[in-house]
Amino acid sequence: MSEAMKSVSIARKIERPNTRQFIERIFEDFMEFHGDRLFADDGAVVGGIAFLEKMPVTVVGIQKGHTLEENLECNFGSPNPEGYRKALRLMKQAEKFHRPVITFINTAGAFCGIGAEERGQGEAIARNLLEMSRLKTPIISIFIGEGGSGGALALAVSDSVWMLEHGMYSILSPEGFASILWRDSSRVAEAAELMKMTAKDLLKNEVIDRMFFEPKEGLEHNLDKTAVELKKALLETLPDLMKKETPVLLEKRYKRFRKFGEFTES
Amino acid sequence: MNLFGKKNYFSLEGGEQRTKKNDKRRQKAEPSIPDGMWIKCNTCKAIIYKKEVTEYKLCPNCDAHFRMSPAERIAITCDEGTWEELDANMRPKNPMDYPGYEDIIEKAQKKAGILEGAVTGRCKICGQDTVLALMDSHFVMGSMGSVVGEKVTRAVEYATKNRLPVVIFTTSGGARMQEGIISLMQMAKVAEALGKHDDAGLLYVTVLTDPTTGGVTASFAMLGDIILSEPKALIGFAGQRVIQGTIHQELPEGFQRAEFQLEHGFVDRIVHREKLREELGKILLLHNRQESEVTL
Repeated sequence: MSEAMKSVSIARKIERPNTRQFIERIFEDFMEFHGDRLFADDGAVVGGIAFLEKMPVTVVGIQKGHTLEENLECNFGSPNPEGYRKALRLMKQAEKFHRPVITFINTAGAFCGIGAEERGQGEAIARNLLEMSRLKTPIISIFIGEGGSGGALALAVSDSVWMLEHGMYSILSPEGFASILWRDSSRVAEAAELMKMTAKDLLKNEVIDRMFFEPKEGLEHNLDKTAVELKKALLETLPDLMKKETPVLLEKRYKRFRKFGEFTES
Repeated sequence: MNLFGKKNYFSLEGGEQRTKKNDKRRQKAEPSIPDGMWIKCNTCKAIIYKKEVTEYKLCPNCDAHFRMSPAERIAITCDEGTWEELDANMRPKNPMDYPGYEDIIEKAQKKAGILEGAVTGRCKICGQDTVLALMDSHFVMGSMGSVVGEKVTRAVEYATKNRLPVVIFTTSGGARMQEGIISLMQMAKVAEALGKHDDAGLLYVTVLTDPTTGGVTASFAMLGDIILSEPKALIGFAGQRVIQGTIHQELPEGFQRAEFQLEHGFVDRIVHREKLREELGKILLLHNRQESEVTL
């Protein structure tokens, strides 16, 4: 099996540690908040406030379950518009109180359904991209599993984007890519390879800033080890980001995303 | 997929694709229809005499709004002689080394007669200065890759620098899949440029045209201060087949059309194409402080 397919299957494993497990291990006194104040509370997005050692932080993440029951509660990790709007509400709250924001991303993509369209899935994602790009407080995003397209990006317009070794991030699933572009869903492995969706590839083209190796025995068998590393990295990175003047922070974030694109002008 | 490959009308002419076999058959068939004189509307299925279709490209029978190229759009939107194109020579590279991408682009360039899926520039609309960006649904399904993202971002940055409003006509099948994750990043890039334009207190108007979907909906299409749409335009995030495949239900009549979006609060106004220029002019004037405050 190719490296890319190996990561795809690891990222999607039902035992893959989820956002709540990371929150429990990295932060203290996590207090969960609910609802977008507009329509509903989306179980696919978990968010609230907590301490990172002594630093108050806002934490938001996309939640997947380990069992069918858990997955029904969190819609298999595919947020509806109210999930993205809850995330934005909590991020704006963080801005007001100048707390850094840490987001955890693990989704096959934003939910595709009638209700999601009626309530403006496109608008919800678009709004998050715009508001995150100018949020006057530091944001760090961590891809812990799947990173499916706009539904992942909607929580990842950040100052620094991190990813676990077997995380992934792509414009669409390799299955979708193969069936749409080649009309042949059996060419998934080829698609996964071509799409450069693994942490190593993404690090090379600067879509992510940092990669964390996973324990050899598997992330689910030694989650504490990775959680400690992430906590250490956050404690090293956040104080510097917090010290930055807001215009400097925002200009750097602007440039981080402004640079993407390959073209000629002859 | 067919949604974006097809025009919403088709010509009854043989055109260049006519094969020799068809040629022979045509010669036998009497009387013959002269090439290119008739088209069929995909909405009402009426056969239309081509000369009856005006520069607005409406079905004379059912008023369906046919899809338009940026050039056709500029002709009915901008004041004559005011259009100045920006970044006209930008062409894509192949960031993912997608096999055959160069051919896909070359074919699209020939078909659409433009170098990439978006055209940007500045112009006057009813005497009002504005930056204008237009997409072409016939260029690789109106998808957004590096060039579309860069051109729209530069147009917005140009507007911010020169304190001008931005008007964007959207039509898109979503992100350019052949450019992979780089095309996803374009969504963030355009959105952040719009954030700066917004911070500067400047006006952004989007005109959603058929079809506007995927990554373009989930970035700049839905971020207008004012969002206009043409009648019956398909506007949504997810494609209808994807939704059906997810929920295994029939989709309601009129789902994701402009009227549906208006009903659900995502579109300010549905405007008939013949009225668009005038409405845009009025909106621009209402936001032009120098001219509108004279009477205060």
